[in-house]
Amino acid sequence: MIRFERVTKRYPGGHEALADVSFEIRHGELVVLGGHSGAGKSTLIKLIAALEKPTAGKVWVSGQDVGSLRPNQVPYLRRSLGLVMQEHRLLTDRTVFDNVMLPLLVTGYPPKDAAKRVRVALDKVGMGAFEQVMPMTLSGGEQHRVAIARAIVNRPSVLIADEPTAHLDPAYAREIAALFRSFHQAGVTILLATHDETLFSPYGSRRIELDHGRLVA
Amino acid sequence: MSIALFPHRLALRQALARLTAKPLATFLSALVVAIALSLPALGLVLMDNLGGLARGVSGKPEISAFLKREVSAEQAQRVENRLQADKRIAALRFVPRDLALKQLAARGGFADVSGALVENPLPDAFIIEPTGENPAVFEAIRTALAAMPEVAHVQLDSAWVERLHAAVELGRWSMLLLAGLLGAALVIVTFNTIRLQILTQRHEITVSLLLGATRNFVRRPFLYFGLLQGLLGGLVAWALVEGVMALIAPRIEDLARSYNIVLDLHGPTPLQAAGLLAFAALLGWLGAGLSVRRHLHDGAVD
Repeated sequence: MIRFERVTKRYPGGHEALADVSFEIRHGELVVLGGHSGAGKSTLIKLIAALEKPTAGKVWVSGQDVGSLRPNQVPYLRRSLGLVMQEHRLLTDRTVFDNVMLPLLVTGYPPKDAAKRVRVALDKVGMGAFEQVMPMTLSGGEQHRVAIARAIVNRPSVLIADEPTAHLDPAYAREIAALFRSFHQAGVTILLATHDETLFSPYGSRRIELDHGRLVA
Repeated sequence: MSIALFPHRLALRQALARLTAKPLATFLSALVVAIALSLPALGLVLMDNLGGLARGVSGKPEISAFLKREVSAEQAQRVENRLQADKRIAALRFVPRDLALKQLAARGGFADVSGALVENPLPDAFIIEPTGENPAVFEAIRTALAAMPEVAHVQLDSAWVERLHAAVELGRWSMLLLAGLLGAALVIVTFNTIRLQILTQRHEITVSLLLGATRNFVRRPFLYFGLLQGLLGGLVAWALVEGVMALIAPRIEDLARSYNIVLDLHGPTPLQAAGLLAFAALLGWLGAGLSVRRHLHDGAVD
């Protein structure tokens, strides 16, 4: 599903975020990507989503070499991924419903069915009652749930989350972890970048550890 | 509504929402477009009116060929035969010298003069109406006539009309040039408006791209915005031109009447109005397109 082949990412200025990283995530796996802050977790996710290009090596997602995709192919790769970034990146001038609707709009999903899908996604994350609320009035945990609903509304084959429980109190963090577990049980491939691996260890996840850009486990 | 058209409907709705979100700013932008376009548009409409005057005043241009006094009736007949065989000549009229004198005497103020003449000083003449309206053909006929040994003098009666034509053409070209220059300015205005919009909507664009939006999806609302803003400006420009024409037309017509010229000035024709709207919309679309190309392709957003 996702394969890194001796991937190195060096930023302009010489900083090496990833060095000779190789691993594979199979369909239906739940993988927790660990490592301290600055270990290269976010860079790894950006490479999968074609937000960055590898300096060396190859990144494969669903059989596609991400680094060699033409610009007009990149959107279609991103549509197959459900991305939850560290900053939830909700649009503050739109309702919760409209935020979750956005991925369906950009893919040209038939508007008739889109509303139904949005409501299903919101119900899955327990935010069905908040669809007409503006995101700024929600708590951090609720905003994360909306961001997750937005990531799953397109029914992606892979769900990728960067620090989904960061800045959340333990109760909220456990709720979010349980959500990802339910998606995994539904057959979705999941990659979670987190420094809080203990949250996900009870769910039988595989662990990948980065340290200063190198794979150590 | 077809699924293929849905992204366009969505983009159009977004563009309309942006236009109506700040009505005063939208109106002022449209006014800038309108003022810049109304000046050349007004000039072109006036030139069109004057062009009609030049075409209408003379009817068909005429060439007068005055024969030498010693040319006999037989020689004049031979000249007439040759002219009738010329395909470039649509109509031909012989004016004998006696008839010319009578016509002169009939004109107010000349009766006494013609009565005082001992001998008719006027020559026989041919009044020639060329085919078509090509000035080059008129000139060729004039040259051919002047080369005939029987002809003393040739006069192209439509010379002043041609000068008016030339002046109107010059005016029309000047207005087109002005329209081009002001059009470039409008492209720059729209370019900058869209640049500011892209900056203020940077977050939304970034999120959309992250969620799999194509560049066309991101570009489309800005293109529609530019097109609609241009169209709005074109509509206001049209109204301005109609308003100005309604104000000045009676005064110009009065002035023309004092020179015995009957003028019936009109505002833009439906075709001209459609052209103005299309030109304005095109400028808006072009400015938006250039801005989007510049600002969404330099890595500024993602």
